[in-house]
This record gives sequence, C-alpha cells and structure tokens, in this order.
Amino acid sequence: MAIDSTPAPLRTSTPANIHDHGRLNRRTPWTILGLSLAAGFGVAAFLGSVGATDGLSLTLALALGTVLYVVMITLISRQIEGTRQATDRFVTAMVTIAFTVAIIPLISLLFTVVTRGAARFDIQFFSESMRNVVGEGGGAAHAIVGTLLMTGTAAIISIPIGLMTAIYLVEYGRGPLARAITFFVDVMTGIPSIVAGLFAFALFALVFGPGVRMGFAGSIALSVLMIPVVVRSCEEMLRIVPNELREAAYALGVPKWLTVLKVVLPTSIAGITTGIMIAIARVIGETAPLLIVAGFTASMNYDMFNDRMQSLPVFVFTSYANQGVDSQAFLDRAWAGALTLILIVMVLNLTARLIARLFAPTLGR
Amino acid sequence: MSKRIEVRDLNVYYGKFKAVEDVSLTIEPRSVTAFIGPSGCGKSTFIRTLNRMHEVIPGAYVEGEVLVDGDNLYGAGIDPVLVRRQVGMVFQRPNPFPTMSIADNVLAGVKLNNRRISKSDADDLVEKSLQGANLWNEVKDRLDRPGSSLSGGQQQRLCIARAIAVEPEVILMDEPCSALDPISTLAIEDLIEELKRDYTIVIVTHNMQQASRVSDKTAFFTIAGTGMPGTLIEYDDTSVIFSNPSVKATEDYVSGKFG
Ligand SMILES: Nc1ncnc2c1ncn2[C@@H]1O[C@H](COP(=O)(O)OP(=O)(O)O)[C@@H](O)[C@H]1O
Ligand SMILES: [Mg+2]
Repeated sequence: MAIDSTPAPLRTSTPANIHDHGRLNRRTPWTILGLSLAAGFGVAAFLGSVGATDGLSLTLALALGTVLYVVMITLISRQIEGTRQATDRFVTAMVTIAFTVAIIPLISLLFTVVTRGAARFDIQFFSESMRNVVGEGGGAAHAIVGTLLMTGTAAIISIPIGLMTAIYLVEYGRGPLARAITFFVDVMTGIPSIVAGLFAFALFALVFGPGVRMGFAGSIALSVLMIPVVVRSCEEMLRIVPNELREAAYALGVPKWLTVLKVVLPTSIAGITTGIMIAIARVIGETAPLLIVAGFTASMNYDMFNDRMQSLPVFVFTSYANQGVDSQAFLDRAWAGALTLILIVMVLNLTARLIARLFAPTLGR
Repeated sequence: MSKRIEVRDLNVYYGKFKAVEDVSLTIEPRSVTAFIGPSGCGKSTFIRTLNRMHEVIPGAYVEGEVLVDGDNLYGAGIDPVLVRRQVGMVFQRPNPFPTMSIADNVLAGVKLNNRRISKSDADDLVEKSLQGANLWNEVKDRLDRPGSSLSGGQQQRLCIARAIAVEPEVILMDEPCSALDPISTLAIEDLIEELKRDYTIVIVTHNMQQASRVSDKTAFFTIAGTGMPGTLIEYDDTSVIFSNPSVKATEDYVSGKFG
C-alpha cells in the first residue's frame, strides 16, 4: 500500500518542521476502498458457491466491502495520522454512505422510469388521445392538455390569493386576524389531498347537482392544496427582505403600499418565483383529488367547465389499473406518462432555478 | 430650504416601555447638531421621531410636539409620508436598493413615488445629487451598475445623494460613519460641512472627535439605568459641551470617564 509516512528528510542545519505530520497519500483511501470491495466480493462469491446465499449476492458484497473499508481506513489512519484525522475519515465515510443510500432509490427510480417509459415516448404519444383505442397505439395528448389546463388554472387562482395573503401577513397583519390566518394556513398545509378532492366534489355537487365532473373542479381541488404552499414560501421570502430597505423607502417619503410593490416584491421576486414553481410541481402530480372531481376519460377535452377531463397522473393510474386486452401496451403508456410527468416537473424546477439566478439581487456590501 | 426644529416635552414609547423622556430642544436652520451619549440612551429613538420614522415600529408612539418652522409634525391630519419628504434620513448601515442601479438609487425618491420625470431632468438630478454627495467623479462612468457594487463609504454617500435628491429641508443621520473606515469617514464629514450651507443637519455619533469636528451644537443624552428612559442632560454649543460643560455627567462622558 502506498502510505506516505516517510519522515521529513533529515536536515543537518535546520530542524525538521514541527508541523510535519504523517499523512495518508491522496490515493491510499481509494486503494483501500478497492481492496475492501474486492474482499467483499470474494467473501460473497465464496458464500454463494458453498450455497449459504443464493448465488453471488451483490448487496452482501457491497455491504461487506463498505464495512471493511470503514474499519480499515479508520485503523490505518489512526496508526499514521493520529486520532483526529482518523475520526475525520470515519465520519466522512459514514456521511458518504448515508448520502449514497439516500440517492440510490432516486437513481433507480429515474432509471426504471426512463427505460420503461422510452418504449412509448414517441410523437404519437404526444399527438393522440386514447379515443377508440383498445390495444396498441393511442397517446396521452388529452391527459397532458388536461394536466396543463387544470394545473395552470389552479396556479392562476392560487398565486394571487397566496401571494396577497403572504403580503398581508408579513407587511400588514397584526393581532388576531393575522394569527387566525397563520393557523388556518398551517392546518391547510396538512390537508390530505383526497380531502381536498372530496371538498371540491361536495362544493360542485351543491351547485351543479350530484355526480358532476369537470376540469374546473379539479383546479379548485388543486388550489386548496396549492394556496397554503404558496403562502408559506412567499411569506418566508418576504420576511428575509431586510427591514432596512423598507425603512430606506419610508425615509424617502414613499407610502407603504408603493414600498411593498416596488421595493419588497422586486427584492424577493427570485425567491417568490422559485417558491411558486415548487408549489406547482407539488400539485401537478396529484392523483386522488382529480380522480374524484375531474374523473377520467379517453377523449380530448379543452372545456374546463364541461365533462370529465383526463390528467397525466390519472392517466398513469387508469392505464395501470384498467389494463385492456393488450396489457403490455397499457403498461408502456403508463410508464411513458410517468416519464412525461417527471420531465414536466424537472422543467419547472430548472425554470425556477434559472429565474432565481437571473433575478437574484446582489445583496453583498 | 432649511428649517428650524423645535421639540417640546417629547416622550417616546415602544409599547409600554418609555425609551425617551421629556426632551425639549431647538435646532437652528443651516447648522449641524450632534447627539451624543452612551449606547441605549435613546439617540436613535429620538432622531427617528423627527421624521416620524419611529411609528413604523409596531406599538411605537410619541407624546409631545415637534415643530418644523412652527408646524407640528404630530398634529392631527398630518401625513407622515409627506413629513418624510421634508425630513430625509441616512441610516447607520448603508442601505442602497439592491435591485436598482446607482442612477436609479439616486432617483428612488422620484421613481418609487411613481412621479414622471423627463430623461434630461432625471440625468440632471442624478448628476446634481451625486455631486452634492461628493460621489459624482467616482461613479459617473458606471451609473448603470448596481448600487451594491460600490464600497461601503461610497454606498453611504450614495444613500446621502438619494436623500438629498428629494430636496428635503432637514437631513437626519444616525451614526452614518460607524460602519466606515477613517478615510470614508473623513469624506462624509467634509460632505456634512458642505451640506450645512443648504440643510439643517442632525447627526448621531459615538465618536466624540467627530461631534466636535462637524457640529455647531451638541446634545448629550444619557440613561439613569437599564429599563429607565433616556433623558437630555445638556444641550449647548459644541465648544461649550466639550470644554466647559455645566453638568458633571457631561464632563465625565466627554472626557471619557464613563459610558
Ligand atoms: N424596536 C424596538 N423595540 C423596543 N425597544 C427598542 C427598540 N429599539 C430600541 N429600543 C430600546 O430603546 C432604548 C433606546 O435605544 P436606541 O434609541 O437604539 O439607543 P441608542 O441609539 O442611543 O444606542 C433601548 O433601551 C432599546 O432597548
Ligand atoms: Mg443607535
């Protein structure tokens, strides 16, 4: 093993630097890691061959290798570098393991969705609905349009209400009314999405009679879920605008409402946009409430106020739940739908980051 | 343009807490008045009552009168927004608007109030105000850069330019140099010297030399103890306060024996 433990060269005139200290060579930890993993695989292969495990267990090999690495690096480092460095290496190893364990499901999920979704991720999928399709072919155009319409409408409803509530709470709200609003926003944040769906269903049943289904009802259900998220994130962004900026504007004889409009909002616009995008991303994947109030359909529907409207999450669900004769075609469409949904959310998040980057004011002094 | 300020029997509160008690003084036009005193004695609190900035803090209120050329700022029906256009303020930490360019920061008083201004008038106002704040030569080539790209001392002069661009009668400065290095501090002190030809200036400072260098009159505030209101101990010509004060506490403070 390449261990750089050579003492400082003996110099005759000057004494050795007292800060000199044994250090592991930069490549040594990697070597240890490689050897540990190899040992892990060896043991796992042996156990597999004697029949203790069912063939070569990859999980067992990795687990053994990792444990061996942690033990080895700590011991070797303690010998050469001392306890403080050894502790550092031990904790670094633990943190890296925790991170890897957390990221594995995510990568596996993305990988699965991409590989399985790719089969039907074609032009037809984006240009056709499921009208009169029983087996192969067809697409999710109606679901994509439905998702965009319903989420868009929900955003149009929620953003002004949420933003203005946040402005009220941060800039104007004092006393019992503000406390009550904060309380209800907290409560609404915790509402299960199915309850929001039932609320919208009951509300529209009161107005239009029982059993009514329309896209707009879906938007209302989504708004119920979205408003508290928008309020919370906008509130946070408004609160971090330094009070000095508000006072600077007041001292110039600027009335409060103009200060809010032209100083506070522009200063926090990047954060607010990010928050709103994340709120949209949060509701765009909602299935349960839309299943109840917007129903499901195979046909394109552009009318928010009439008839059932399909959405992507519901499309995925129904394709999976009600597989037709050619079940593989339904499964392929479900995966392609899931992939589309993930991509939409990803685009939303990237846009949010881009906007945050573009508009972020430079607060440095 | 500058006006006389008369304060009569002023009590200043934060909710139930009385922060400043029973202050009466008269500030002459075209002069520099310094407020000195130990931390927490209510200098900032008091100076903020002179342009009704005190009441932006929830629960804060004022008893008594502040007359600017005879008109009570706290009279019924007085709009604090209009008061603040007459009495400008510069804060302890430079606070240019981070979303605005240098030029827009100077024009903030106009633009934030939605007032229309022609391009040439705007350019003139920017130049005049920046020149008034001794900053023009340093920034004339980069007026469209963000205000936060300047050094601390330049930012503070930018804030002064922003304050004089709305053409106030009075300029209040709350420790305008305490976040600055000695060179920038000197630049601001020179500026104050020039500004007093046109404006009534009130400055809070922790720096005794600064008070004696820039001010004509000095007011000494102090508190009897924590939780007690601050009071005005002595108010006189700066030379008197620093050489021959009539109150023992003032003498102790200016000679560094306490505080
Ligand atoms: N926003 C506030 N709310 C409540 N009390 C305050 C506030 N600001 C200042 N005070 C109190 O008022 C007193 C005077 O403070 P301040 O005017 O800042 O003193 P100075 O500027 O002379 O150091 C202090 O006791 C301080 O704790
Ligand atoms: Mg202060």
